[in-house]
Amino acid sequence: MFEIFGIPSTALFGQLLIGLINGSFYALLSLGLAVIFGMLNIINFTHGAQYMLGAFTAYLLLQKTGLGYWPALIIAPIIVGTIGMIIERTMLQWLYKLDHLYGLLLTFGLALIIEGVIRNYYGSAGQPYTMPDSLRGGQNLGFMFLPNYRAWVILASLIVCFGTWFVIERTRLGAYLRAATENPQLVRAFGINVPRMITLTYGFGVALAAFAGVMAAPIYNVSPQMGAELIIVVFAVVVIGGMGSILGAVVTGFGLGVIEGLTKVFFPEASNTVIFIIMAIVLLVRPAGLFGRRA
Amino acid sequence: MKRMILAALAVALVSSTASAQQMNVKIGVLTDMSSLYADVTGPGSVAAARMAAADFMKDNPNVKIEVISGDHQNKADIGTNIANQWYDVEKVDLIIDVPNSGVALAVNEVTRAKNKVFIGSGPASSDLTGAKCSPNTVHWTYDTWMLANGTGKAIVKTGGDTWFFLTSDYAFGHALERDTAAVVEKNGGKVLGKVRHPINTNDFSSFLLQAQSSKAKVIGLANAGGDTINSIKQASEFGIVKGGQSLAGLLVFASDIVSLGLPTAQGLIFTETWYWDQNDANRAWTKRWMTERKATDKVPTMNMAGVYAGTLHYLKAISALKNKDDGKAVVAKMKEIPTDDPLFGKGTIRPDGRKLHPAYLYEVKKPSESKYFGDLYKVRATIPADEAFRPLKEGNCPLVSG
Repeated sequence: MFEIFGIPSTALFGQLLIGLINGSFYALLSLGLAVIFGMLNIINFTHGAQYMLGAFTAYLLLQKTGLGYWPALIIAPIIVGTIGMIIERTMLQWLYKLDHLYGLLLTFGLALIIEGVIRNYYGSAGQPYTMPDSLRGGQNLGFMFLPNYRAWVILASLIVCFGTWFVIERTRLGAYLRAATENPQLVRAFGINVPRMITLTYGFGVALAAFAGVMAAPIYNVSPQMGAELIIVVFAVVVIGGMGSILGAVVTGFGLGVIEGLTKVFFPEASNTVIFIIMAIVLLVRPAGLFGRRA
Repeated sequence: MKRMILAALAVALVSSTASAQQMNVKIGVLTDMSSLYADVTGPGSVAAARMAAADFMKDNPNVKIEVISGDHQNKADIGTNIANQWYDVEKVDLIIDVPNSGVALAVNEVTRAKNKVFIGSGPASSDLTGAKCSPNTVHWTYDTWMLANGTGKAIVKTGGDTWFFLTSDYAFGHALERDTAAVVEKNGGKVLGKVRHPINTNDFSSFLLQAQSSKAKVIGLANAGGDTINSIKQASEFGIVKGGQSLAGLLVFASDIVSLGLPTAQGLIFTETWYWDQNDANRAWTKRWMTERKATDKVPTMNMAGVYAGTLHYLKAISALKNKDDGKAVVAKMKEIPTDDPLFGKGTIRPDGRKLHPAYLYEVKKPSESKYFGDLYKVRATIPADEAFRPLKEGNCPLVSG
């Protein structure tokens, strides 16, 4: 077996694959953020809390109604997305014309409130959530043991990311959406209900976060602070990819997952800093992000 | 008539002596109410302190006890501010609990400067009775030396002689890793490698893969809270235990096991000093605790038991001393009288402030062995009080002469 920088190649392949899996979560979350920022111009700091709500909804569905993982994968995003739409209708819609900072402050405050409420009822240690039997076990790939669930994470994330990109960039609905962001008055004049479209878009972005939350529940600790830990990294991913760029969010999500994975082998202590170092460099060289359009 | 006057006189005398001895005590539970240690300590510790106060007042009506609580948010500066405020303005006599070694070491210094009393039940660092020991501090429940020694020694002795560490990259993790590695090597084991992960890491798969390829028999988790839960959960997913390696949790609490669920946590071995289901006294206390805490879906941890027992012993000391103002004298009294409470039984406090009691090596039950909610552990071994903690002379505590 050959070695790369003193690391056996088998170990390295394993780490690359794991990076890709983590990248799937980054991609799913940053996708939702990019959709919301791109279409609504809101920096949605509640995203982490909504991700956590997705995981908790899955947990509650199992506890209270006995509905398992697969139904939760559909129902939890719908429930959390609906909560998101209520938030958009009652609060966010008044802020579109103001500076980004107002949206950021509101959503940040909401995130703290949501996390506080959940912590009050369920404590901080987290709740157990078991994996569906159909995804248990794993494959021995020779260079590593790949749990089936992780393979499913990559697959599901790729499908959702591609689907979202396709709808927004390649369909008529997506064209309306993009047009509504550019010039809402004009699109309204064509008889399209722009506010409703915006509400649905926010709901969709939030549902993406909840979907990622359900995906995370069987492998990460389902605790009130699970979103807060992730959201900062995801924001860095969005900034690197270019605020509001769908393709940028997806590609950088996967890419940074891989870079982070490699850092965990060569210099583990820096593994949660490396993304911010890259962010700083990208901001210096290309302030609009790798895939961002210059304003 | 004469008899009536005598009786009236006697009553007057008794009530006047009672009012002369009336003592008002204020206890501050300084803890983590909102973050990662809130289930390990937090509101559960406050409930435990209230129970101790109520129990003591029942037998000693002349002592009036008030329990207040504060959230240090795991920040040493906030903890220091609250401690100062409590001692100076609120007239708090005792600060108890204080999870998070960083905050506890800060409160240790404030308490020494103000000559009050600090009983640490939540913190882990053995420095509290080592280099940083103080005549105003008692360290009650557990410490890093005890965790390392209890778990490390037992596992090496039962054949787990090659280790790989997953270490949380800050003072606490480093200390735990260092102490455990020393124990492993002293008992003839070998440390094959280690990886230091940042605190609050979400995904451990990369680190677990490194541990897996090290081929070590035991993977030592020198981390705490959510990090431990995530590592155990993902180790189960990656088939680490099924592959023949075993996990050693170096700091695991009952609430963590409830959170993980038995299917994931089964077989895990670790050391604690108290378990709610170990005997009738603990079970009876837990029943009361659940009412006080208003939670039937939670179990109390050893830290909470430590808060109860520590508070009780403090109250005994001040009522024996009939004075609570000189913190040093109170702690000296606490060391002088032997401890005796329903949860930890009979014990002593050493000159360096270390409370001595037995420690237990537990193993998490299989789901099939668990009969009811909270039926989590079986006892693998008991470590007697005189072996459980670091020998007095090795701590380098300046209070211990010679």
